Amino acid sequence: MALIEDNGKGRARASLPPWIQTAFLTIGSIAMTMLGLLFVTFIIGRVMPIDPVLAIVGERASQSTYDAVFLELGLDKPLIVQFAYYIWDVLHLDFGTSLLNARPVAEDIARVFPATLELATLGIFFGIVFGVPLGVVAAARKGSWIDQLARVLALVGYSMPIFWLGLMGLLIFYGILGWVGGPGRVGIFYVDVVPSVTGLILVDAALDGNWDVFKDAFSHIILPASLLGYYSLAYISRMTRSFMLEQLSAEYITTARVKGMSEWDVIWKHAFRNIRVQLITVIALSYATLLEGSVLTEIIFSWPGIGSYITTALLSADMNAVLGGTVVVGLIFILLNIFSDLLYKVFDPRAK
Amino acid sequence: MNTFAKLLTGAAIGLAVSVTSFSAMAETPANMLVIAHRIDDVTTIDPAESFEFAGSDISRNVYNRLVSLDPNDLAAGYKPDLAESWDVSDDGKTITFTMREGVTFHSGNPVTAEDAAFSLQRAVILNKTPAFILTQFGFTPENAAETIRADGNKLMITTDKRYATSFILNCLTATIGAVVDKETVMANEVDGDMGNEWLKTNSAGSGPYKLDSWKPNESVTLSSNPDYYGGAPTMERVIVRHVIESASQRLLLERGDIDIARNLNPEDVAGASQVDGVKIEDELKGRLMYLALNQKHPELSKPEVRQAFKYLIDYEGMRDSFLKGQYTIHQNFLPATYLGASEENPFSYNIEKAKELLAAAGVENLEVEIGVREAQERIEIGQSFQNAAAQAGIKVNITVGTAKQILARYRARELDVYLGAWGPDYPDPQTNAGTFAFNPDNSDAAQATGLLAWRNSWDTGGLTEKVEAAVVENDREARIQMYQDIQAEFRETSPFVIMFQQIEQSALRDNVTDWSTGQAVTSAAYWQVTK
Amino acid sequence: MAEQTLREWLLTDTPTSRRHAKVSAFYQGWLSFRANTMAMIGLGILLALVLIAAAAPFLAPHDPFAQDLGNRLAPLGAEGHIFGTDSLGRDILSRLIYGARITLYIVALVALIAPVVGLLMGTVSGYVGGWVDIVLMRITDIFLAFPRLVLALAFVAALGAGIENAVIAISLTAWPPYARIARAETLTIRSSDYISAIQLQGAGGLRIITKHIWPLCISSLIVRVTLDMAGIILAAAGLGFLGLGAQPPSPEWGAMISEGRRFILDHWWVATMPGLAIFTVSLAFNLLGDGLRDVLDPKAGE
Repeated sequence: MALIEDNGKGRARASLPPWIQTAFLTIGSIAMTMLGLLFVTFIIGRVMPIDPVLAIVGERASQSTYDAVFLELGLDKPLIVQFAYYIWDVLHLDFGTSLLNARPVAEDIARVFPATLELATLGIFFGIVFGVPLGVVAAARKGSWIDQLARVLALVGYSMPIFWLGLMGLLIFYGILGWVGGPGRVGIFYVDVVPSVTGLILVDAALDGNWDVFKDAFSHIILPASLLGYYSLAYISRMTRSFMLEQLSAEYITTARVKGMSEWDVIWKHAFRNIRVQLITVIALSYATLLEGSVLTEIIFSWPGIGSYITTALLSADMNAVLGGTVVVGLIFILLNIFSDLLYKVFDPRAK
Repeated sequence: MNTFAKLLTGAAIGLAVSVTSFSAMAETPANMLVIAHRIDDVTTIDPAESFEFAGSDISRNVYNRLVSLDPNDLAAGYKPDLAESWDVSDDGKTITFTMREGVTFHSGNPVTAEDAAFSLQRAVILNKTPAFILTQFGFTPENAAETIRADGNKLMITTDKRYATSFILNCLTATIGAVVDKETVMANEVDGDMGNEWLKTNSAGSGPYKLDSWKPNESVTLSSNPDYYGGAPTMERVIVRHVIESASQRLLLERGDIDIARNLNPEDVAGASQVDGVKIEDELKGRLMYLALNQKHPELSKPEVRQAFKYLIDYEGMRDSFLKGQYTIHQNFLPATYLGASEENPFSYNIEKAKELLAAAGVENLEVEIGVREAQERIEIGQSFQNAAAQAGIKVNITVGTAKQILARYRARELDVYLGAWGPDYPDPQTNAGTFAFNPDNSDAAQATGLLAWRNSWDTGGLTEKVEAAVVENDREARIQMYQDIQAEFRETSPFVIMFQQIEQSALRDNVTDWSTGQAVTSAAYWQVTK
Repeated sequence: MAEQTLREWLLTDTPTSRRHAKVSAFYQGWLSFRANTMAMIGLGILLALVLIAAAAPFLAPHDPFAQDLGNRLAPLGAEGHIFGTDSLGRDILSRLIYGARITLYIVALVALIAPVVGLLMGTVSGYVGGWVDIVLMRITDIFLAFPRLVLALAFVAALGAGIENAVIAISLTAWPPYARIARAETLTIRSSDYISAIQLQGAGGLRIITKHIWPLCISSLIVRVTLDMAGIILAAAGLGFLGLGAQPPSPEWGAMISEGRRFILDHWWVATMPGLAIFTVSLAFNLLGDGLRDVLDPKAGE
């Protein structure tokens, strides 16, 4: 998924060092993509048959109340002017205030994004810790029971509706067995107990040294994080397996084996070393998907994250919130993409 | 691989062990009330602007009003709150309130008549959504200073004509009647907004609770006001947690992580009631479920067709199945428990009768679109109606959309049929009479989008005048009779098929006592709750 | 021609005509595909799905829309309702059978729209290059950078809820990866001697794209589409779950889960049966996709 294509055309005529050119190109393309992203979102917001004024004033408002809000929102101005105003504000890091809850959108995002970040990070952690070794072993022992297991796990993961699995998981592990905490980020009487420094409850609790809160928060996050982890495990283990198979069939591996190197060393020191970059790309992509916020998981687990934030905002025509959320999520996606591109350029022997 | 398999098993066991250590059955602290509720409708908590259910719950507990309703005795109607007593002038147009002495706001400022006057003037001047509750008495931003004024510890309000005193006082029990701390609010004024921006997310009241935090779609936290004039509440902390799924709320309640679950569906209520330590409390609410037929539609405007639709609802079938315990059959626009409410429910499920009426109107192959909000019970009511209509030869197409989408089309008079819910705004019959049966100008240009009769292009056939007469009648018995007559006519002639009235079922841990969601007349109250 | 000779003809190492070579290659692919048990199971399930959808009126024991409020939420194995009944007393099995039609409809439409759009964008972008490439790829990036479900939701919200709109919305979110693949393939193909030779013969860009590049891109796209189908079914179910897909009383499986999830604690089968149906079909597509990948695109797989 190379976002920036370096086709070599720019190199001949310019005199600047190539890395500066690349930097300019990169920044330029981020800006273009972001602008396009905003524009599409903006258009969607305007053609949506939801009246933002009505969303604010509600069912009972009189016409004069309605008209006042209509003007307040600047909806009487041409679309392009509205868009220009918006871009101007965003350039000043002002995402506007949420139409619905009257708070600065930036503040809202700063509140909901850590929730998603925490969940996604733990999810991808599970995905890597279990998915990578599983994929490696599945490739090393192709056709063995563990390969079959990996295959079944992955296929089930690809095929299972997440909202159904989530509900069932909640029913079994929380409702019946009581092993984990219920919906939400912490038990209700731990709400606001530790000061919010990073917004990540696990980190905040650890910083505060409040291990009761930490334990409680952990018991709440474990189930949704495992669920998301399982879905990324499915993807990561499959990709690891196929990268590994490619390496293991390569000539240098045969040579190493002939030389009498142990199987462990062949797999981990040689083959695995060579798939690291590819693997990081896959993981980055997978992480980006989780960071977008798994809307359905967030709904089922009452998880106040960015996915459900954008969805709720969208369905109630709170366009400032939708735009702000999309900018953040889009930016993360693009940055992660660029990050994995750079890795390729730096580490991939073939790219040199 | 063996190493890896060991690693995997080890990790799995470790996880299971660390996780099982949490399995002890939880219980909420004794001084804390924890409620699961859907609070995604809260958009502002400024009482001059707040108009949604969950937002009104916050206001009710954070602010006092001049007069208010006692959660332990709602049937008694309004009682003195910040106003100790009141007098009505001879012409019936001016009410003079005497303020209670010695009450303070959370800020420590004393509550004065000046604060009360400011609060009402502010609501009129800001002219936000609920402002009509006050402006219907003739208050305008221009005349607010003269019609609402303070003098010492007296507050005087003067209406444009004589209204039933109970009507005015009932309106003052609504959220918009909340008294805010003028000094604190004006200290946070920005660009002449009378503190609106600040009050949207902060509070400045004198009520039994103070707002600690409101995180949209997440939680509301209140802590008790130890100096509350009515005595400090027993529950020192109240947390309302936003939980969307009924199943999640039920699991939380059954495991003892919360005290009250407010949005259980009938199946989960039935399931939870079987569990030890859980009890169910029913309260009749004011919300009505109805079908509205657009009178712009050439067929739907025929009187026989309007009648026919009233026979196409499987009232009992729905009440006894998917609405079980949460709705009761009610075919009048005034909810039961309201002044002048009628118990007459003459219509029943009768396909043959409906067919006769349709034949009499000469209607054949009718196809209509019905707009339904994205809420499961409404979608099911819609499907049940669709099924019944099909048997009478009417093809019904259901369009499901979010509240805002469907509502926009309804207000623009575009839907053929709307499946809606309506909750009263204040505990007086005028609140519903003034929207279902009142429409002084039926033209498109009138844009009276707040009136249900207008939205359905119904000229009310003379009921408008009768509603106007009833609202100024000061004799209680005469007023009741007037509403009875209006409803009798409305049932037969209106394009509204009123079907059900809501019952709110709260599921509580059995140690919770004196819980009140406010029945049909107001919002939930927390200060009288003990456990 | 006798069976034996037909087989020999198909397996020949020395094809007599171009068509012969194609048919022969196809047959050999089929043979290796047939050896893949899992893929055959997937294919079998999908064929069964098509048959069920086609014969729905004969197979369904009840009218999928017939309500019976007196017999709602009947359990599994109830008299006359093997899979029980839903909230309005409708037979779940019959609704599942009719729902197969909707699933197929969604799958077919998305499979027609998204890859075609992607193919067009990708090949044009890759073949023409320059500014066209930059612009088209930026557009692709924009769509890729969107959170997928949010984009789909936004489109459905903009166009109005409904099955066709859900399909369009899903297609709109699904095409960018196809464009990427098609572009990558085009870049490799474009620089090949074979294309240069055709260019020298004077063939136009349009002709080269449609006649020579498209056919070469199609096999990798088919694999990708099949593997994505499960995701598409799940996305459609997700939209149905959020109430933005098929409109009631349509027996769309995602909407059925959404209706049934209210009873998940006491009447778990109402949501579970359509959940299993979605799972089975998604699994079938995944199995088939895996098998196809092995046959058509061996280097991408293992």
